Amino acid sequence: MITLENISKSFGDKQVLRGVNLTVETGKSLVIIGGSGTGKSVTLKCILGLIRPDSGRILIDGEDAATAERDAFLAKFGMLFQGAALFDSMPVWENVAFRLLRGSLKRPRAEARDIAVEKLRRVGLGPEVADLFPAELSGGMQKRVGLARAIAADPEIIFFDEPTTGLDPIMSGVINELVREIVVEMGATAMTITHDMTSVRAIADDVAMLHAGKVRWTGPISDLDKADDPYLRQFVTGSADGPIEAVR
Amino acid sequence: MRFLAAIGRSVLGLLASIGRVGLFVASTLTHLVRPPFYIKEFLNAVLFIGYFSLPVVGLTALFTGGALALQIYAGGARFSAETVVPSIVAIGIVRELGPVLGGLMVAGRVAASIAAEIGTMKVTEQIDALVTLSTNPMKYLTVPRVLAATLTLPILVAVGDAIGIMGGYLVGVYRLDFNPAAYMTNTMDFLEAGDVMSGLIKAAVFGFIVAVMGCYHGMNSGRGAQGVGRATTNAVVSSSVLILASNFVLTELFFAA
Repeated sequence: MITLENISKSFGDKQVLRGVNLTVETGKSLVIIGGSGTGKSVTLKCILGLIRPDSGRILIDGEDAATAERDAFLAKFGMLFQGAALFDSMPVWENVAFRLLRGSLKRPRAEARDIAVEKLRRVGLGPEVADLFPAELSGGMQKRVGLARAIAADPEIIFFDEPTTGLDPIMSGVINELVREIVVEMGATAMTITHDMTSVRAIADDVAMLHAGKVRWTGPISDLDKADDPYLRQFVTGSADGPIEAVR
Repeated sequence: MRFLAAIGRSVLGLLASIGRVGLFVASTLTHLVRPPFYIKEFLNAVLFIGYFSLPVVGLTALFTGGALALQIYAGGARFSAETVVPSIVAIGIVRELGPVLGGLMVAGRVAASIAAEIGTMKVTEQIDALVTLSTNPMKYLTVPRVLAATLTLPILVAVGDAIGIMGGYLVGVYRLDFNPAAYMTNTMDFLEAGDVMSGLIKAAVFGFIVAVMGCYHGMNSGRGAQGVGRATTNAVVSSSVLILASNFVLTELFFAA
């Protein structure tokens, strides 16, 4: 279970998070929605310790993230980055097996490669992709490799940062399905950031909406269309008119 | 008043960056001695920083040695001291020009490429990805490069020294009609081990500066292509200036010793 208690974060005089409270049950998939610049990415990065929150507490299965042993803590996580963030100096399979080639999870190269090929197959890529370099792949393929890397070490918690941004609708559909299948099949806890409503409906068990650095609305996906919060309504329907100011 | 405020702001900014670089160096040094160590990354860095810099350092040394021989001959001739050419070329190259010009050439080549590579990794979230994959970017990216540059630059400069002296020899023998055997004897007789050592110590310090500046500016790169461009420029400029400044300090230290 992931619990965020009153997380705040400022960059200079710009306050991005103003007391975020959020809970994700083990094995559930939470999708965080909200406009650009509302602090969605910062929230994920705070949980991972990439950004240190100014105040508040983050608990992972009851353990305080700030004091946890770093390696063991990070070993629980897998993350798919927005631009895939593949290491372009190494071939695809080494990217996928990165964690298995060094550190506490290190195993023989041949074995790591086998696991990488298997994970690539899981995301729909053939073994011929393994020896290509990331720069030789299309955007959709890079996302899939990023996904394979995120699940390579069978993490308990997976984060997806805008998994469908920059992809065509069909490829978005494929990635959405993959994300859903993998989360269900691994029994992992998932947190996804997106502003793509198709993604939300495909991936989410629960939805949280961030607005102005706070959780504006949270509830199960089944309540999303019934809720009458005007901010949520405007976002879900994609309307230019409403309480959220749109710059024209 | 506004004028004073501007001075204050830039002094504070300068002090803040000195502090940040200091912390970065301290962090690099502590990671240098704590496992895990990334041997493959280190060897790659040795290959890139050391081996692939050989042509540029060698050519620089060759032409500098040649030009130095001509200049010292021209200067020496004014008081009939042409015979000092071999020894002054050797001492000049080994103590000063070999390490400084070698360091500057490596600053242009290596600091720029390190800053651009790490800066791009930062901008495309690859550094964040490293962290989430339980890999410390300081250990994985910075330490191998800093160690490789500090260890290989002395070797690179030693090779450069030999090529520079050869440049002087070629000009001395074929252009200035020195006797080949006498030129070599003169070179070796006046050269002391301390001359060579002081140059190599300088080279190690310059190597450290180049890699640290490249990594520091890369890790602190701003967003987008412009951010990476600025990081690259800053890496080259700051490492070049620091090389020249530390060269003076080191020379003063060796001179006093």
